Amino acid sequence: MNTASTEFRKRVRMALADDELQHAMGRAKGGFVLNRQKAIAEFPEFHQMTDAARDIKDHVLMNLDLYLEIYEKKVLENGGQVHWARTAEEASTIVEGLCRRSGARKITKGKSMVSEEINLNEKLEKSGMQVIETDLGEYIVQLASEKPSHIIAPAVHKTRNQISKLFYKHHKPMGYADKVSERKEIVQQARSVLRNHFVESDIGITGANFLIAETGSSVIVTNEGNGDLTSVLPRMQIVVAGIEKVIPSLEDLSVFLRVLARSATGQEISAYTSLYSGPRANHADEEGPEQYHVVLVDNGRSSMLGSEYQSMLRCIRCGACLNHCTVYNVIGGHAYGSIYPGPMGSVLTPLIDGHENNTDLANACTLNGLCRTICPVHIPLPDLLRNHRTQQQRRKLTPFTGRFFFAIWVYLVRRPHFYQIVLALPIWVLNRVGRKSGVIKRIPLANGWTNSRDFPCPSAQTFQRQWRAEMRKFNA
Amino acid sequence: MLSYVEVILDNISNNEEALASFENVTVGFFVTCIVDLLRPSVGFAALHLLKAAGFHVEVPASQACCGQPAYNSGNESSAIDIARQVISVFENFDYVVVPSGSCAGMLRKHYPRLFASDFIWLDRARNLASKTYELNEFLVDVARIDNLSSTVSKTCTYHDSCSGLNELGIHKQPRALLTKLEGLELKEMEEADECCGFGGLFCVKYPDISTRIVERKVNNALSTGADMLIGGDLGCLMNIAGYLRRMGSSMKVFHVAEVLAGMINDPSIGEKEEHA
Ligand code: SF4
Repeated sequence: MNTASTEFRKRVRMALADDELQHAMGRAKGGFVLNRQKAIAEFPEFHQMTDAARDIKDHVLMNLDLYLEIYEKKVLENGGQVHWARTAEEASTIVEGLCRRSGARKITKGKSMVSEEINLNEKLEKSGMQVIETDLGEYIVQLASEKPSHIIAPAVHKTRNQISKLFYKHHKPMGYADKVSERKEIVQQARSVLRNHFVESDIGITGANFLIAETGSSVIVTNEGNGDLTSVLPRMQIVVAGIEKVIPSLEDLSVFLRVLARSATGQEISAYTSLYSGPRANHADEEGPEQYHVVLVDNGRSSMLGSEYQSMLRCIRCGACLNHCTVYNVIGGHAYGSIYPGPMGSVLTPLIDGHENNTDLANACTLNGLCRTICPVHIPLPDLLRNHRTQQQRRKLTPFTGRFFFAIWVYLVRRPHFYQIVLALPIWVLNRVGRKSGVIKRIPLANGWTNSRDFPCPSAQTFQRQWRAEMRKFNA
Repeated sequence: MLSYVEVILDNISNNEEALASFENVTVGFFVTCIVDLLRPSVGFAALHLLKAAGFHVEVPASQACCGQPAYNSGNESSAIDIARQVISVFENFDYVVVPSGSCAGMLRKHYPRLFASDFIWLDRARNLASKTYELNEFLVDVARIDNLSSTVSKTCTYHDSCSGLNELGIHKQPRALLTKLEGLELKEMEEADECCGFGGLFCVKYPDISTRIVERKVNNALSTGADMLIGGDLGCLMNIAGYLRRMGSSMKVFHVAEVLAGMINDPSIGEKEEHA
């Protein structure tokens, strides 16, 4: 087993043994799933809408260069600037450069997964800037010096009790003497702390849920309104977004807004949907930043175009596949060890970061197919995960012993008569061992099963054997 | 050893019209490797049901596995070889019936995918796909089985196996069949449509995760207070029964075919034979 795999298994064991995590995950799951169900039941056009969303994305991906050019042109017309980054490193360097050159000391951030992907916070902090996450979940995760464990609910792995302690530890020195434990109080305290940061912030960095080519706008959808304060108050706004985020028009946006919130949190629509199109004009009374920059990040995306993974670029980061994933719900996001967890992350991470260090992601999945059913842009996630497995086989990234036993099994399956002869004995032996109690307690080489489960005892003879012996009677 | 062949299903029948129309219709029965190796009674139950519904059933000797383990572990070329063999053996039947949503899904959804760039085989794969059915959906949607009057005085809960549910949309059919049985009370568990953590090789590759998932499944099942858990995929049932037995629970686990065929007085999955 390679080290990456050993690490993965270690993280899984830790997650399974972490009672607070298990408690937090158990509660979150029910909420997300049930709310989505309700929201969809109340909106009969939902499935039609998801087809439309898929088609728009497919159309854009076929013409991505075109729409990106239109988008860039519009942003320039609106007085903003567009920067293109091929890699994560390039992207974070561009942002860091913009911040440094403007003499920024404090930077506020809206929730942005792509900024996690390019490791932006570390980069900025290394240059001596203070970075404050302003989304409540991100803020919690930042206080805990952790990474988000969910793409829309970054702190979903934390219990309220943990958050309460965390706040007390970090806010007490700021003069908040009381420990807050109610949800409302927690939110209020975070607001109060963040308010000062907003006012003092030099630069606001946000992600974008969509980029609209027609108008050159970037769109953020939030429930807290923190994205607005992040974007509007500081003197410079930087939007960091993947190149696949562009959509043609405002009309298309209305399609996505209707599927996004329902899929993500089960809301009809998120509380705040904001469009930003550039810096403020030169009137003193106008709101908004003096400078507006968009950093468009490729980081492996363009190589997915035209490949068997292209459909993954349709992803609108709604998080529904995480919420519905049986594996995600028991191990939590951190066990994946990647920025993007759950089904979408297991597809995306090897594409961005290579297969070698991520062999487990595609394999630690039961292929139960639920994520494909619920994905609002119909990404065939299980098929893409299976493609990853095929890639690993081709590149012989899987253990030799496994491949060896597999070859024998395939040889036998392709010779059904010989297969029957060879398997007759082991089946008979298993039956002898287990028939008294009905189960077998331990099978060498199958500890993975028998350490935690009994193995139900098989019949003494295979179906085919019994059938061949008696089929005449049946047909009589 | 029990002989399942001589069982006569008086309690199951189809209406005259159906019987007449199915007289010359031949069903090829795809046993599945796991039923063949581990629980032949499921195969016999299915055969009895098909026969009682009025079909002529054949069980080709030249079959072992649908190739899903190869396919799902990324051994595409082996999966293709196995698929070719299955297609050749089964393509001339009027229908192909499979007592597993997962294996039926493999034949129906994934064989065509395997041959996406091989037009001759793609045609053959599609042809096979178009006549392949999971047992429950076949009994309800094609055979329109009429009369199931065995008495099963049990409280049961049904686990929807994932492939059948998500790939083939099987949900109503087993319930429609089971509720025809006299005395059977169906109590739905929470998260009945959630994965049980079996996942083929997944359960031995990632036993920790798999165990936690099956634990959750079993707890949901036990909370219903049912005496029996029923499902349509033997893999999942082995997993669930294995966990139940290890924790010492007496909840019985049966394949839906066994219940429909009235075989519930035989040992359930993982239960000891009375006189062994
Ligand atoms: S893959 Fe689909 S379900 Fe998952 S986050 Fe992306 S859009 Fe949502």
